Amino acid sequence: MKIVKIIAWVALVALVVIQFFPVDYNRSETVPETDFMLVNNVPVTVEQSLQVSCYDCHSNNTEYPWYSKIQPSAWYLEHHIKEGKSELNFNEWGNLSDRRKTSKLRSIINQIEDGEMPLDSYTLIHRDAFLSEANKTAVIDYMEKLKDSLE
Amino acid sequence: MSTMALAAVMIATVSCKDGNKKEATTPVSTEMHQETMDDKTDMTMGNSQDAKAETILTAYFNLKDALVNDDNSQAKELGNTLAQSLKSFDASSYSDDEQNELNDIIEDATEHAEHIGESDIKHQREHFKTLSKDMTDMVAITGTSMTIYEQYCPMYDNNKGGAWLSMNEEIRNPYFGDKMLTCGKVQREIN
Repeated sequence: MKIVKIIAWVALVALVVIQFFPVDYNRSETVPETDFMLVNNVPVTVEQSLQVSCYDCHSNNTEYPWYSKIQPSAWYLEHHIKEGKSELNFNEWGNLSDRRKTSKLRSIINQIEDGEMPLDSYTLIHRDAFLSEANKTAVIDYMEKLKDSLE
Repeated sequence: MSTMALAAVMIATVSCKDGNKKEATTPVSTEMHQETMDDKTDMTMGNSQDAKAETILTAYFNLKDALVNDDNSQAKELGNTLAQSLKSFDASSYSDDEQNELNDIIEDATEHAEHIGESDIKHQREHFKTLSKDMTDMVAITGTSMTIYEQYCPMYDNNKGGAWLSMNEEIRNPYFGDKMLTCGKVQREIN
């Protein structure tokens, strides 16, 4: 029993200590003119879906939930956002060549079709980020159209 | 007490996850490194302009064969090999316009090759489709001394179709593998 107590104390101390580790928050006040919504003529419903379901990890501005203030979940989020942005940053859409855009669109379509994005771990907490079948179809149809216009 | 236990579990899970990741990636990357080194010594001996494009094509064909064989782990390895060859491509001997185009192609292809290096076979094939387009566009600029066939399967990707390049005229379908090994046709011959 004593050993359990020691472990618990060590864990508690560790948990307190990691609260003081700094987090790199993904926040930006401005939307650059290279943003996906500004470069393209996106229908309102699709825009809304993308903002709610994708932009937290795929843009320069995240709407942070309360638990982002607490470690280790803050690290977990930081890691996901970094990875998400390196794959695709909607804010920098206009900087991509047509080839890169087509390529990204293809991946967006595949990921949504396969139900890989938005991530389950994300929609579990952000219930509103869950894409309904209708929203999914609307987003995919739009992305397909955009892709065809580039090819 | 229970919160403390929970905290301990949380920390343990986080550290385990990181540990696993590292273990899983290290051996692959070292192996990869050696292979690309070998490839380089084999391929750059001629030191001609196309030698590098040829290195990339060879890596691409090896990857294609792994997909034909439904071999996910082999395809991962070869995807990483291809990414390395792509990264070492030197476009400086081409005209400015060609360089821009080539660098764009290489950047795109590298991303797909890297994803193939870490995905399941379904995703590997999705990336392979775009990668094949990149390779076709690359060859259009660099040219090649090899005879290459552009082949096409109309059924892949929900009947949207998918093309690929091969050194053999005979169809061996990288998108379906064993399921539909000979589905497809030769679209054109390059060279």
